[in-house]
Amino acid sequence: MVSIEDVYHVSRLARLFITEEEAEKFRKEFEEILSYFDVLDEIPGDVKPTFHVLEISNVLRNDEAKKGLEQSEALMNAPRKEEGYFVGPKVVE
Amino acid sequence: MRISEWRNLLDEVGCYEAVSRLLERIEKSELNAYITICKKEALELAKEFDKGNLKGILAGIPVAVKDNITTKGIRTTCASKMLKNYVPVFDAHVVERLKAEGAIIIGKTNMDEFGMGTTTETSYFGVVKNPYDLSRVAGGSSGGSAAVLAASEAVLALGSDTGGSIRCPASFCGVYGLKPTYGLVSRYGLIPYANSLEQIGPMANSIEDLATLLEVIAGKDERDSTNSGRSFVFREEKIRKIGLIKNMTAEDDVMDKVYEALSRFNYEELELPSLKYALASYYIIAMSEASSNLARYDGVRYGHYSQLSSWIDYCSRVRAEGFGEEVKRRIMLGSYALSAGYYGKYYLKALKARTLIIEEFKKAFSKFDVLVAPTMPTLPFKIGEIKDPLTMYKMDVNTVPINLAGLPALNAPIGFVKGLPVGLQIIGNYFEESKILSFAKMIKEVS
Repeated sequence: MVSIEDVYHVSRLARLFITEEEAEKFRKEFEEILSYFDVLDEIPGDVKPTFHVLEISNVLRNDEAKKGLEQSEALMNAPRKEEGYFVGPKVVE
Repeated sequence: MRISEWRNLLDEVGCYEAVSRLLERIEKSELNAYITICKKEALELAKEFDKGNLKGILAGIPVAVKDNITTKGIRTTCASKMLKNYVPVFDAHVVERLKAEGAIIIGKTNMDEFGMGTTTETSYFGVVKNPYDLSRVAGGSSGGSAAVLAASEAVLALGSDTGGSIRCPASFCGVYGLKPTYGLVSRYGLIPYANSLEQIGPMANSIEDLATLLEVIAGKDERDSTNSGRSFVFREEKIRKIGLIKNMTAEDDVMDKVYEALSRFNYEELELPSLKYALASYYIIAMSEASSNLARYDGVRYGHYSQLSSWIDYCSRVRAEGFGEEVKRRIMLGSYALSAGYYGKYYLKALKARTLIIEEFKKAFSKFDVLVAPTMPTLPFKIGEIKDPLTMYKMDVNTVPINLAGLPALNAPIGFVKGLPVGLQIIGNYFEESKILSFAKMIKEVS
């Protein structure tokens, strides 16, 4: 069972406003989709999980400084910028 | 249109004229397959080719690039309102490779928003129509890349495949499309959806063209930490042992075509029992990775933005406005699967299913050179026909196991039913793309 509170809880976790209409639609769909996922409950508990498909160990490179993006390039797509900084919403009230 | 045919045209009329005609064709097209057409850049490069200044394996060849692959100075939208004005400041590795070999990027192709879909119906820029029947879907998520090849609006195309996004539209549009072994092609510059599953891959109208494009884009790139460092050269191999996966099925008329394509070969049937877990495992992993990946869209550094307010209010509003419905659905389900108390029930079990599926494929490849199955369970369906999300997810049932295992697989067109293309999925062992392409050639030669 998925409750409407569950849906709102997840939308807050995901930082995503949803309308009442969306919440009810998602609730019904999530119930159906999540119950489909229950097929995995029959997998034995002792199977090891696979995090990476290929057995590649960490690929390291020399610790050498390289040229990154110019400040102007990094800021190019920013909706708001000021004196070389991104402008974001207020974090502390 | 194939590379050889395009080269004949270049000899006949020159590159500037050939590209001009191609652009005219694209501008008249009803398919909605391109989001951005690189007219100015393409014509400039064509002039350079005519002056003899453009060199390389793909010199003067028009290539379409899926719009989730970053192109410096050319808008890259992921077919999302969130990125509709985003102009990357760097090229993806594969784009660097195309440019180094003299290719002409003709445009950025339409797709499902962030690659999340099976039909391109989730695109902010509207659905791509199937070139064989405009009332039907072209498949997805790389629907634009497949459609432009089928309609001679490009000679080569790049797609990306997270759970079938190259093979599905290749099947629905009757072209070749390969999802390479995980780690063969660098993902640097591929705007991420589900990192542990996705690969950029080549799409083309012939096996030779596809092999050429793969040779160009495969290879070492230290900017992708999962890159294998391997390169690719196509060497034809003898294929003797063919396995048909019995529990990867399709509707009857599609299966008839598959049996017909295999009728000249000796093959054995086999079953991979754990495939019954594949769809659930795939969607849990893909959604979980998506919920984490798409957390970057906060309306501060790039992308859609809104009126400033408090941090949480602002982010939540920007994301509500910028993302489409399917993207929201996957972000939320992914957040749910990863949230406290559910990690063990969903995400960890999905990774266990992945282990079982990999083991079964490994066992199968100790016996067979290639495995085959229908790429899609149905023929291309009508636009708007499937509305329920779970029903749509089930369309990916034959393609997602490959991404879970990290294996390479090709869609090879094998004919038509009721005027609509049917595709055969040819699956190979890790880094055995040459075997896959060799078998595709054998099928082509006897058909």
